[in-house]
Amino acid sequence: MSKAITLKEAVKKPDLLASGHRLCAGCAEPIIARLVLKASRGAIIATTATGCLEVATTIFPYSAWRIPWIHTAFENAAATASGIEAAWRAMRRKGRGPLARYETLDIVAFAGDGGTYDIGLQALSGALERGHDFTYVLLDNEAYMNTGIQRSGGTPYCAWTTTSPAGTVIPGKREWKKPIDEIVIAHETPYVATVSPAYPLDLMQKAARAFETEGPAFIHAISPCCRGWRFPSNKTIEVARLAVETCFFPLYECRVEDGRPIYKLSPPSLAIAKRPERKKPVEEYLRIQGRFRHLFRPERREGLIERIQRWVDRRWEMLLEKADL
Amino acid sequence: MSRQRLLGLNGDEAAAYAIKQVNPDVVAAYPITPQTIIVERFSEYVADGLVDTEFIAVESEHSAMSCCIGAAAAGARAFTATAANGLALMWEMLYIAASLRLPIVMAVVNRAMSAPINIHNDHSDSMGARDSGWIQIYCENSQEVYDACIEAWRIGEHLDVQLPVMVCLDGFTLSHTMENVLTLSDEAVRDFIGERPYIKVEGHLGEAEFRLDPEKPLTMGPLDLYDFYFEHKMHQVEAMKEALKAVPEIDEEYAEISGREYRLLHPYMMEDAEVALIGLGSTMGTVRYVVDRMRKRGLKVGMVRMRVFRPFPTEELQKLLKDVEVVGVLDKAMSFGAPGGPLYEELRTIFYDVDENPLIVDYIYGLGGRDTPPHLIEEAYEGLLEVKRRGEAVEKLRFLGVRM
Repeated sequence: MSKAITLKEAVKKPDLLASGHRLCAGCAEPIIARLVLKASRGAIIATTATGCLEVATTIFPYSAWRIPWIHTAFENAAATASGIEAAWRAMRRKGRGPLARYETLDIVAFAGDGGTYDIGLQALSGALERGHDFTYVLLDNEAYMNTGIQRSGGTPYCAWTTTSPAGTVIPGKREWKKPIDEIVIAHETPYVATVSPAYPLDLMQKAARAFETEGPAFIHAISPCCRGWRFPSNKTIEVARLAVETCFFPLYECRVEDGRPIYKLSPPSLAIAKRPERKKPVEEYLRIQGRFRHLFRPERREGLIERIQRWVDRRWEMLLEKADL
Repeated sequence: MSRQRLLGLNGDEAAAYAIKQVNPDVVAAYPITPQTIIVERFSEYVADGLVDTEFIAVESEHSAMSCCIGAAAAGARAFTATAANGLALMWEMLYIAASLRLPIVMAVVNRAMSAPINIHNDHSDSMGARDSGWIQIYCENSQEVYDACIEAWRIGEHLDVQLPVMVCLDGFTLSHTMENVLTLSDEAVRDFIGERPYIKVEGHLGEAEFRLDPEKPLTMGPLDLYDFYFEHKMHQVEAMKEALKAVPEIDEEYAEISGREYRLLHPYMMEDAEVALIGLGSTMGTVRYVVDRMRKRGLKVGMVRMRVFRPFPTEELQKLLKDVEVVGVLDKAMSFGAPGGPLYEELRTIFYDVDENPLIVDYIYGLGGRDTPPHLIEEAYEGLLEVKRRGEAVEKLRFLGVRM
C-alpha cells in the first residue's frame, strides 16, 4: 500500500489538468480532478462522461488535459473505461499492440451525479460486476448542473433545483439522496471511498489506493457547486468541509475482504466518532446554501430541518455500526 | 491463392469463425436473437483459448458499443454483433463511433424492429442506421458473411477511410441456415488483415498516432461547436467518398487470396435487360433464380444486387441502370410517411437529373420476415413488364406479399 502523500510531494507533481479551462470560479470539480490525477502511478488514460467537466475543459481546439482523454457520451463512462481496460489487457496478453508495454495503467472515469446515480447506473453496475481494473470518480454536485441545475437521484431532500423548485406547496426535492455508495459496495467492489476537496491529502491518498486496487475502485467526491447550491464562489472549500463536519457527507473507506465489506472511517470523520460533541448540526451546512433557503425564509421550517437532521443522524449511526464504532 | 477448407456453417457461425481468425483484441457483445450464435461461438473460442481476445459480456448493447469505442480509441481492434432492438439501443453510440473515426466492425443480423415484437428478418434496423456514418455491407449468403467479416477490417482501417463497418446478414435466412463456406487458413487471414494502422494527427506534444497513448496524449471527443463541427462532418463526407474507392481495391486484393470476387454492385443478366429488380441481401438469390426462369420464357429481365449500400455507389448505378426501361426496387424496410423505402428514394434521387433514366417503382416486401417465394418475385417482374408496356408507372409504391 502507498505511503501517505505529503503536501510537499503533492505540489511537486505536475498538474495533469491544466489551468485555463472554462469551469466556473469556485467549482470544486477541477480541484478534485487535479488531486486525483496527482495520485496517479504514471501511465494514465482518462474518460469523462458528458457534463460540466467535459464541456468546460475541451472546447475544440483547446484542451486542458495533459493526459490521453476521451469523452464519448453521458451514461457510459464505466463502459468506455471497460473497453479501454480490455484493450490494454488484451495487448498485454498478446505482447503486441501499443499498450502492451505498460505493466500498470491507471484508467480513470470521471462522471457526475446524473451520469452515475441515474443514466449511468446500469453501465456502472455492469462494469463493477465484470470487475474491470479501473477507478471511477463520482463528482457529486448533486444535480444536473451542466444543463442548468435539474434534480438527480443524488440531489438531497428539500434541495431547490429547477425541476424540484421550492414552491408554495412543495418545499424542493421530495425524495432522499440515493445511497449510491451502498449500491456500489453491494457489488463487492474492492475499494470504495468518499472524499471531500476540503481534505486534499485524504483525497489524494484515497485516489492512490484506488489506482493501486486490482479491479474496480470507486471514489465518491462531494463537489460543491456555487451556481447550483447558491453560495459565494469563495466558500467552496468551507461548504465541502461543513458537509463532513455535520456528517452530511462522512469520509470513509470500504474494502471488501473475504467477501465482507470492511468499513474504516477517515481521520476527519473518525475524530467526530470519537468526540461526538464535535458533530455540527446539519443546519450549519444547510444555512449557507441558497438551495435550502426556503427552509429558513420567509419562516423557519423546523419540521423539515429536523427531518433532515434525523436522516443525517440515522445514516451516521448506521455507518458507525458498519465501522464497528 | 492459398488452400481453403470447406466448412458447413450458418451465417452466424461464419461471422464467428472469421472473427476467430481475425483474433481481435476486444469483443464486447450482448445476446439478441438472431445474433446469439455469434456470441455463443465466440465465447467458446475464448473458453478454449483459441483467441487472445478480451471478451466482455456486457450488460447492454449500449455498453457493447461503448466498450468497442473505448477499446478502439485505445488502439485495439474491436468487434461486436447485434440485431434490431439491440442496434436501436446502441443508436447514440453508432454516431459517436463513426464520428470519432473508429474502425470498429459489427455484424448486424437484420431483424424487424419492434413493435409488435418480431424476431424475423427485414432491414428496418440497419436501414434506420444508414445516416449514422457507418459503412454498410449487405451479404447474400454465409460465404459472403465470412468474407465480409475479414474484409471489413481492411476497409474500415484504410488510412483514407477510418470508419466503422456494419456487416449485415439476414436474420434466420442466413444466420441460422447451414451452407458450405470456403475458409482461408488462419495465416492467410492474418497476412491479409495485418496490424491495425493508425493515422497521424497533430497533438499538443507534436505529431501523434490517433489513439489514447500515455506518451503522446490526445484529447478525443471534445466539445465541438459551430466553429468546427461542420468541418469535422465534412471529413466524414470525404471519408465515405474514399471508402467508395477503397472497397474495390480491397475486394481485388481479397480476390487474389480467396478467388472470390466481390464488387460494390453485383449485376446479373443486365447486358440486355429491359426491366430489372435491385435489392439487398439474401432475397437476391431468389431473384436470380426467378431471372433464370423468366429468361427461359424469353423475357428480358435482369437484376442488381447491391452489396455496399453505404457509401452509395451513385455513378456505378447510373451506368448500370441507364438503359433499363423499368427498375423495381426491393425495399425490406419502410420509411413511414415517406414516398417509398430507403433504397427507392436514393435510387430516384440519383436518376432525377440524368437524361436517360428508367421508370422506377418501389416494392416493399418481407416485413417482419414475411416469406418472399419465387412467385412473388415473378409478380414483381410482371408488374415491371406491365409498366414497360404502358410506358408509365401510375402506382409507384407497391407492397409485395401483404394482405390488403
